[in-house]
Amino acid sequence: MADADVIPIGSGGRPGRGSGRRTTPSAAARALAGPGGRAKKTVKDKPVTSQPTETPVEPIEAVPGIDVPEGGDFDFAGLERVVRSLFGEDGERRVAEWLAFLRRRLSGDYELDEFGYDSDLTDQVLLPMLRPMVEKWFRVEVRGIENIPADGSALIVANHSGTMPLDGLVTQVVVADHTNRPLRTLAADLVFQTPFVGELSRKGGATLANNDDAERLLRQGNLVGVWPEGFKGLGKPFAERYKLQRFGRGGFVSAAMRTGVPIIPCSIVGAEEIYPLVGNIASLARLVGVPYIPVTPFFPLLGPLGLIPLPSKWLIEFGEPIRTDDFADGAADDPMLVFNVTDQVRETIQQTLYTLLMQRRSVFF
Amino acid sequence: MVTGVSRDAGARCARRLADDPAIGTVLGVDVVPPRAELGRVRFVRADIRNPVIAKVIAAEGVDTVVHTGVVATPGSAGGRSSMKEINVIGTMQLLAACQKASGVAKLVVKSSTTVYGAGPRDPAMFTEEMAPRAIHHHGLSKDAVEVEGYVRGFARRRPDVCVTTLRMANWIGPKTDSPMTRYFALPVVPTVFGYDARLQFLHEDDGVEAILRATVNDIPGTFNLAGDGVLSLSQAIRRLGRPTLRLPSFTASSTAAAVRRARLADFSPDQITFLTYGRGVDTTRMRTEFGFEPAYTTAEAFDAFRASLGTGAMTRVSGLLTAGLGALRG
Repeated sequence: MADADVIPIGSGGRPGRGSGRRTTPSAAARALAGPGGRAKKTVKDKPVTSQPTETPVEPIEAVPGIDVPEGGDFDFAGLERVVRSLFGEDGERRVAEWLAFLRRRLSGDYELDEFGYDSDLTDQVLLPMLRPMVEKWFRVEVRGIENIPADGSALIVANHSGTMPLDGLVTQVVVADHTNRPLRTLAADLVFQTPFVGELSRKGGATLANNDDAERLLRQGNLVGVWPEGFKGLGKPFAERYKLQRFGRGGFVSAAMRTGVPIIPCSIVGAEEIYPLVGNIASLARLVGVPYIPVTPFFPLLGPLGLIPLPSKWLIEFGEPIRTDDFADGAADDPMLVFNVTDQVRETIQQTLYTLLMQRRSVFF
Repeated sequence: MVTGVSRDAGARCARRLADDPAIGTVLGVDVVPPRAELGRVRFVRADIRNPVIAKVIAAEGVDTVVHTGVVATPGSAGGRSSMKEINVIGTMQLLAACQKASGVAKLVVKSSTTVYGAGPRDPAMFTEEMAPRAIHHHGLSKDAVEVEGYVRGFARRRPDVCVTTLRMANWIGPKTDSPMTRYFALPVVPTVFGYDARLQFLHEDDGVEAILRATVNDIPGTFNLAGDGVLSLSQAIRRLGRPTLRLPSFTASSTAAAVRRARLADFSPDQITFLTYGRGVDTTRMRTEFGFEPAYTTAEAFDAFRASLGTGAMTRVSGLLTAGLGALRG
């Protein structure tokens, strides 16, 4: 079966003609088949032969079962010509970048930071996947981006809403696109218990919302995003939209005070309407161990279709930074001061939300 | 005196200590004679689970005890109960003997970062003061926590003894034979579906050097030791060029049992949680207080280990892509 799978490669770019022993697909067909897919196919089911990694071309000759024609070496000149004629100069560069990315992924040749943030994957895959949702579906309008410092750390504090934490993802894309800096988010432990969600969140720059991690990120000069309302904000009924819930226990303020970084209040309008929460299957939620199982006008009524968020128009405003470095030492251990600053941040966001709501023409436009 | 010299890590530490001219005599203690060449190390056959160890310490006038005798794998110790016996009771007896011996001035304990456990509620990086969030009720984790508890008790009762506890990340390197290295040597590496653990490694040479440093210097305290940087599990396997088999978490324990029966690798439940959630430790104190700089980062240590294994099937794919990329760029 190994022989049947093998597509002979290396016709030297001559369309159609191979070594004569077997029909070789044209260079164009090979290009369309995609180099990644074909590459995988040729190595599948081959016995493992020990070859040094450093000589990338040689192992190919050593793979038994591949019909290696005259030259005995791969000639990608034909592929190159086809790619250039199909996609143009710019396209060729993009294909090359994509191949380089694929190679890095497959050989594990990328860096993770200590939180598990995979900047390579985030920039190449995760953010581009989210971008259409941000730009085309929610048509996010961003204000006050100049309040985010170009370098140095800052803590972005935002309101949380919309049943599913899409506002976190959208803010991440917005910050990355407008400031060219990654936004490191703080997420609930439920996120890291969930398969895939936890894995992707870590790779996308999230870490567990606790003071140790928050302070660590801030000390390293990162932009950190936090949604202190947590599930209380996310899972509140539609009737209570744009009413801020309690801001956690003010842990984010003490983290900012200890590290002396500014707090940037961020108000997000539009996320409340994506999944209007009208009910909650509390008993099932308890059984599964999640905070709530939402009932929206379309979910679970329409099944998976109900999972499509409503295309509300979003406004995101970053407010003026609230400095925390001029507080005296030990301010973080003064609960009254921490509560006051927490309330100040909360009030700022609430007022901005009202202003933005007044300016919004309608929910969807 | 070095305990646990019949196993690889202990033997290497003992040899390294014996090579150091500042150290007079190195005494190697274990139940079974070591297979490895011990060089200048004098081997004494004694069981640390037995009060006889006190006589050895007294008779030989031991002034420094290096405890590397904590066993990580139940298989090598002859079952879980025997492993616990060696780890916990052995440490208790050893410490009891040390407490009686007035000549003992220093205790170095080779512990492990598994004392922090592994779970979804873990902070990204554990510092030495942090308590584990997920308590494990089995395996090496539990033993290591108990061993450290006894060591702390000993340090309290004998304040004149300099006690250094080294919490080391998983040793890796060409010569190390551990559940972790065996796991990565599997032809198809099973992982838990939907999770990607963060891993830290310590090169075996760095581990030995750290034990030497703790032995010749007086640096009391508890220190995390790990190479810089982290690798994710999937990334590590990709670097090996081996195919991954992603299995749902409920099959993990049965897979581990099958692998154990096939005598390929020895897996305990706490290692499965480690490979699910991963763990990172903060090594600031290793630099500032312990004054130790590992020669290898996590990735370099892993590369050194990879060089000792054959190339996996997946490496060919990247070879092909490199060739394609070269043509496009050129």
